[in-house]
Amino acid sequence: MEHPPTALQISAAQVESIHSRLKKRPRHSENLIQAALFIAGAISILTTLGILYELGKEALLFFASPEVNLLDFLTGTKWQPSIGQFGVLPLVNATLMTSFIAMLIALPLGLAAAIYLSEYASPRSRKILKPILEILAGVPTVVYGYFALTFMTPLLRAVLGADNVQIYNTLSAGLVMGIMILPLVCSMSEDALSSVPHSLREASFGLGATRLETTLKVVVPAALSGIIAAFILGVSRAVGETMIVAVAAGSGPNFTFNPLQGAETMTGYIARISGGDLAYDTPDYNSIFAIGLLLFLITLGLNILSRRLVARYREVYE
Amino acid sequence: MVTMSMSPNQDYAIEARDLSFYYGSFRAVKNVHLKVVPRQITAIIGPSGCGKSTVLRAFNRMNDFVPTAHIDGSILFHGKNIYDPDVDPVQIRRLIGMVFQKPNPFPKSIYDNIVWGAKINGFRGNQDDLVEETLRKAALWDEVKDNLKKSALALSGGQQQRLCIARALAVQPEIILMDEPCSALDPIATLKIEDLMRELSKTITIIIVTHNMQQAARASDQTAFFTMDEDRAGLMVEFGATQQIFTNPKDKRTEDYITGRFG
Repeated sequence: MEHPPTALQISAAQVESIHSRLKKRPRHSENLIQAALFIAGAISILTTLGILYELGKEALLFFASPEVNLLDFLTGTKWQPSIGQFGVLPLVNATLMTSFIAMLIALPLGLAAAIYLSEYASPRSRKILKPILEILAGVPTVVYGYFALTFMTPLLRAVLGADNVQIYNTLSAGLVMGIMILPLVCSMSEDALSSVPHSLREASFGLGATRLETTLKVVVPAALSGIIAAFILGVSRAVGETMIVAVAAGSGPNFTFNPLQGAETMTGYIARISGGDLAYDTPDYNSIFAIGLLLFLITLGLNILSRRLVARYREVYE
Repeated sequence: MVTMSMSPNQDYAIEARDLSFYYGSFRAVKNVHLKVVPRQITAIIGPSGCGKSTVLRAFNRMNDFVPTAHIDGSILFHGKNIYDPDVDPVQIRRLIGMVFQKPNPFPKSIYDNIVWGAKINGFRGNQDDLVEETLRKAALWDEVKDNLKKSALALSGGQQQRLCIARALAVQPEIILMDEPCSALDPIATLKIEDLMRELSKTITIIIVTHNMQQAARASDQTAFFTMDEDRAGLMVEFGATQQIFTNPKDKRTEDYITGRFG
């Protein structure tokens, strides 16, 4: 067998062949893929900008109409467009109430379930439980809506008395919304908890910590930024949720802090009006864009807040 | 095959008796007899996969977290088998601390790293004193005394490992297990840890697993040599004073390993 030539024995022809192999060659598919990926990214950004433009334009029409004044819109407690009263607070209040009730369910239960899955469950039960939880996340929200109306509300009426609980009420919608959001909070929190390095748990156990001490004082603090992100995403989801509240929370803008009464949320109102028969270019109709814009700003604000909190509470680990 | 250089009635810090260790049905370690002398440094050496770390972790039941792991035989601590059903593994780990291969400080301040373990163990004394005292013992005080509120992760690897030792000391264990504590450190940081071990062994029993034979030769009083059998189970070949193991090994396999003839 011939030995490979050493550096000194390379012929001119071999040098030539090496040089030709080093030559830069065009890779068209690479460029094509890059362009396709760029377009995909650009489309989503442009769509968002388009939505913002449309919302802003129509909302501007609303605020430009003589019946409307921005301050009254933001501080008024009566929403009766037919008689020219455009105070958005009843709708905002209903949205905040249903979201608050939902998070009251979703945060503790979701976090507890996440802690169980990540810290306590055996690998086998985790393998079974996690997909089941994710199925819950795949149920269409309209199904949840009717679940609220036909199961949760009768249940509440049976427990709290039919006289006290209206057929449409924010408590029922909020509770079911909490169940809907629970898998999201749980799944994201679980991801955050399981990505805490195993070495930190060992360090804690090695110091004589119990599993509970390890979980609450080491793992959860280390995963806090991810848990906060899960929570804020859950709130955004609750604020934007439409079907459940449209079906179960009621359809009259009612300014009340009583969760047993019906009240229309921002999304519920938008859904009702946009499906209704109001004439275009009336302030009534245009109001939904103003509300949509407000909703957009609320979720945007929550997202910014979540980024801040995540950065602030981050316990960096290797 | 097990060589004992001590009289049998000596009081041991901890003792493995006919210890076999299983992962599921696979026997990872078989029939280990190991008597650890108090306030000395016992090194466990041997090739990869011979069960050194497994045995080390058996001493404070850190293997409990491996779902399929179980043992045969016993580990006696003050005459009590720590695998008896009425023994609380949490209490065992408070008395038998551990330092890991990779420095793993909590993502908290230096100060909080020290007081954390002590606090969950019911420490009620002066925390500032505890921090200073343990950091001094771990030969880290002078380097960090002005930055106690700084994140522990900002320290160098060697400093982090000494912090982990300090953290273990703050719980006041009788024994500290060290699982290749220097494998992620540079030679200078390694020597600092070895000096520290020597100092600590005046009051505490140390058992150290190491890949580094020079380290075992330099830093330990007793050495246990482990290897693998044909059935891939780890076993202890020879155990005795470090001096004897390295200069006059009784077993051919020990000699092959320490002279580098081992494949």
